[in-house]
Amino acid sequence: MEAWWLLLVKSVGLVLLLFLIFAYLMLFERKFLGFFQLRHGPNRTGPWGLLQPFADAVKLVFKEDIIPASADRLIYRLAPMISLFVALAAYVVIPVAPSSGSFRWGIADPNAGLLLLLAILSLGVYGIALGGWASQGKYTLLGALRSTAQAISYELAMAMSLVGVLILAGSVRLDDIVAAQARVPFIVLQPVGALIFLICIVAETNRAPFDLPEGETELVGGYHTEYSGLRFAMYYMAEYINMIVMASLLTHLYLGGWHGPLLPPVVWFALKVAAVLFLFIWLRATLPRFRYDRLMSFGWKVLLPLAALNLLVTAAVVVLA
Amino acid sequence: MLKELVIGLETTLKNFFRPKVTIAYPEEKKPRSERFRGRHELRRYANGLEMCIGCELCQVACPANAITVQAAENDPANPRSPGERYAYEWRVDLLRCIFCGFCEEACPTGALRLTQEFELADVTRQSLVWGREKLVSDQRTDIPVPEAVYPEFRGHQPLAVIQPGAQGRGEA
Repeated sequence: MEAWWLLLVKSVGLVLLLFLIFAYLMLFERKFLGFFQLRHGPNRTGPWGLLQPFADAVKLVFKEDIIPASADRLIYRLAPMISLFVALAAYVVIPVAPSSGSFRWGIADPNAGLLLLLAILSLGVYGIALGGWASQGKYTLLGALRSTAQAISYELAMAMSLVGVLILAGSVRLDDIVAAQARVPFIVLQPVGALIFLICIVAETNRAPFDLPEGETELVGGYHTEYSGLRFAMYYMAEYINMIVMASLLTHLYLGGWHGPLLPPVVWFALKVAAVLFLFIWLRATLPRFRYDRLMSFGWKVLLPLAALNLLVTAAVVVLA
Repeated sequence: MLKELVIGLETTLKNFFRPKVTIAYPEEKKPRSERFRGRHELRRYANGLEMCIGCELCQVACPANAITVQAAENDPANPRSPGERYAYEWRVDLLRCIFCGFCEEACPTGALRLTQEFELADVTRQSLVWGREKLVSDQRTDIPVPEAVYPEFRGHQPLAVIQPGAQGRGEA
């Protein structure tokens, strides 16, 4: 157990770092989407548009905080906080580099790190569901319902594909899982599992092509239609920080975590996470949105059986070999 | 299905590295046609005299009633234009102007030109009524003042002498 002040410093540092990464992830997403569409993206604020996140932040802070007259005021205010808190809390158990001696990079190191992480991530849907419910609008409610159903169906396949990695690594501690990939990253041994996991995390974070909960063409803004100002910003932060969490998780589980030649571990980890985040943006620039019934049948009829089969084969190979 | 996805991703990635098609407007401007019709300009001859002689034909030609011309007699000792008169006042309301170029066509001396300038935004209506102080160009063109525009007066003579063949046409 570390000293409480060290934990405090680490926690504050982590939150600030995540906010900063969120701000620039958003900028880079807009930039890169622009590049994909042969545009420049935001380039008016500061050199190369690098001050855009701060301009956005100032704008959002000064926006009026609107609460609909029919909304459930307490839950309406609470819901974005739940979303953001859950997204931030999830990163607590993710280490970014191997522990050297008494110093640990991560904040917490529970034995069942991965299970705790999945449990925290599952809570994230409460923020969305409650926010959509408390806004008392038809679009918000539909968005929230979709989000809940989607999260539940894709979480199953995601967890199922994870078990393959757990069997190979023989542990649920993220440090051990990364250590088990010292020579070969699990994406080589588990290509199907990695693909299923990738699809599921895109669906879990409500990103295109699975961004039905906020499908603006049919649901205005989905669950955050009624939100404005800082509360809206909180939902956005939650979405993007969830992206970072999921990208880190994918890096740790399938891409070999911080293992890599020459460069220090932290840099390798950051590079891999950045590559996965770029993939998120790339997918968004490429694929059209799913139809809702197809989303559901894809999750239940394709991904879940495939994940189960993958698990079965992995288990059989591990036992027989 | 995976093959199609890969093809799609490849297509977008190719676009990612392609040069951008957006024109970053205030820094770079879209190329305009040579015959683009922007705001007006009143030019000068090579010797510095104004080309406009205050004939008001542009005012008559203007379909939007945007142009107002008031002519005044030139001071012979210090002429503003080579003709008898010059444009004492030449105003164009750029908010009314439809940039049709009829005024340019009507101008007998070629004084009036529509320039390439199109960034004419402003905050008041008054400031977009441009007068001669803004419209008369500071630069001289290399066009010389036309000389002997009219043949010299040689006393009254029958039309047939001045213009042979004109009488025949008149009778028919």
